[in-house]
Amino acid sequence: MDHELKHTCLHDEHVALGAKMSPFAGFDMPIQYSGIIDEHNAVRTAAGMFDVSHMGEIFIDGPDAETFVNHIFTNDVRGLGPGHILYGMMCCPDGGVVDDLLVYKEFESGFLLVVNAANIEKDYKWMLDNADGYQVEIFNDSESWGQIALQGPQSEDALVRYFGIEELRELEFYTFYDLEDEDGGRIIVSRTGYTGEDGFEIYAAPANIKDMWEALLEDGIKPCGLGCRDTLRFEAGLPLYGDELSPEISPVMAGLSMFCKLDKPEFIGKDALVEQKANGVARKLVGIELKDNAIPRAGYPVELEDETPVGVVTTGYHSISLDKSICFALVDSAYSALGTPLFIRIRKRVFPGEVVKKRFYKTNYKK
Amino acid sequence: MSKIIEGLLYSESHEWVKLEDGIAVIGVTDFAQAEMGDITYVDLPSEGDEVAAGEEFGALESVKASSELYSPVSGEIVEVNSELEAAPEKVNEDAYGAWIIKVKISDESELDALLDAAGYSAIAK
Repeated sequence: MDHELKHTCLHDEHVALGAKMSPFAGFDMPIQYSGIIDEHNAVRTAAGMFDVSHMGEIFIDGPDAETFVNHIFTNDVRGLGPGHILYGMMCCPDGGVVDDLLVYKEFESGFLLVVNAANIEKDYKWMLDNADGYQVEIFNDSESWGQIALQGPQSEDALVRYFGIEELRELEFYTFYDLEDEDGGRIIVSRTGYTGEDGFEIYAAPANIKDMWEALLEDGIKPCGLGCRDTLRFEAGLPLYGDELSPEISPVMAGLSMFCKLDKPEFIGKDALVEQKANGVARKLVGIELKDNAIPRAGYPVELEDETPVGVVTTGYHSISLDKSICFALVDSAYSALGTPLFIRIRKRVFPGEVVKKRFYKTNYKK
Repeated sequence: MSKIIEGLLYSESHEWVKLEDGIAVIGVTDFAQAEMGDITYVDLPSEGDEVAAGEEFGALESVKASSELYSPVSGEIVEVNSELEAAPEKVNEDAYGAWIIKVKISDESELDALLDAAGYSAIAK
């Protein structure tokens, strides 16, 4: 099996650090180093760094770049200033989700689309297949880029120490700067992340990413694995493609309509999403808080008190930052209102809970 | 290397058994706790429940996953370690100290199916 897994440019570092490795999206990735709880808390209280080099970078340029991106993307890039970033989805005509992604508006021309590792090939093909009639160049450059996510309240200080550039403090949430390495290579620094904390994502050539990883390690930044990446994003109410968004779970069902600009002239999936928004959807994603410490896991049934099944858990944990058992679940819309009592079947027993807001943890973005 | 203690019996599902006057004191091995990582919840049965050998009696939950617990012997659960409800991390800290249940053994012959320390060390990797 192992020989089929891809390695990121930091793979040797993970192995040397003794990380617990596991296959993820076709890559052999670190799940944890010192432990999920320790790493999670480091990001909430200090700073941690993640190897996210597996993510995909697809560049779109050409005369029709803006209209094409707006054709495949649910958010609206018209009027997006250079150096600014938008979150949104690519949808199928039926409103199901191809992927969720970030769109970076480049300084010169065109866009950078950052997509989920598991979906790189699918997304690239989706873009090509939907580019008929548009004058665009679509370039999947994922192999050329490494990426580190530096996250947590102390990440700004660590970033400035590493680059020696005070101006990086001025970077606003969901914006980016272009830097140059000594050889003229491009480094992208954006104030983005997937943890609910202030933080940055740094894209550069693999050799640069290795240097940066080693320097940050030397500086005392804790290496963090995909284990706590999931607990952190979950507490912050952020969806994971495959769990909370999928070809079967539309942005409207997931409560992410704010990232779908239904007043745009057109985009793939618009008609379906407009219809869903107007007439309602059968199932909605909710947050559920349990009154017990038993842990709801993906796939566990959600029921009413009389044991009628009304949904299924998509992600659940005993929250590390909040010390309570919480989950996302996809439930019949009739039972999605805040405060609705719902029950989760965990092994042989049923545990009571209630619908709560999906953003379980108060995020600390620097706006 | 995970710790394996001489004199205990072991199941292939990574529980250990310590015999005390017809009572089986049952926990999970150091290997099992290390594989699971930070344990955050122990789902305990009730005292007085009957279990059969090989039957699920509870579960350990780490941050990432849940792992069912299987009784190595049949009998009545005479005591559960309720201290673990508030302090599940004790299983990580001392897997052989943090017993989970005590079972009054109803069929001593079932012990023959369990492994000794040498036998368990062959599968705990």
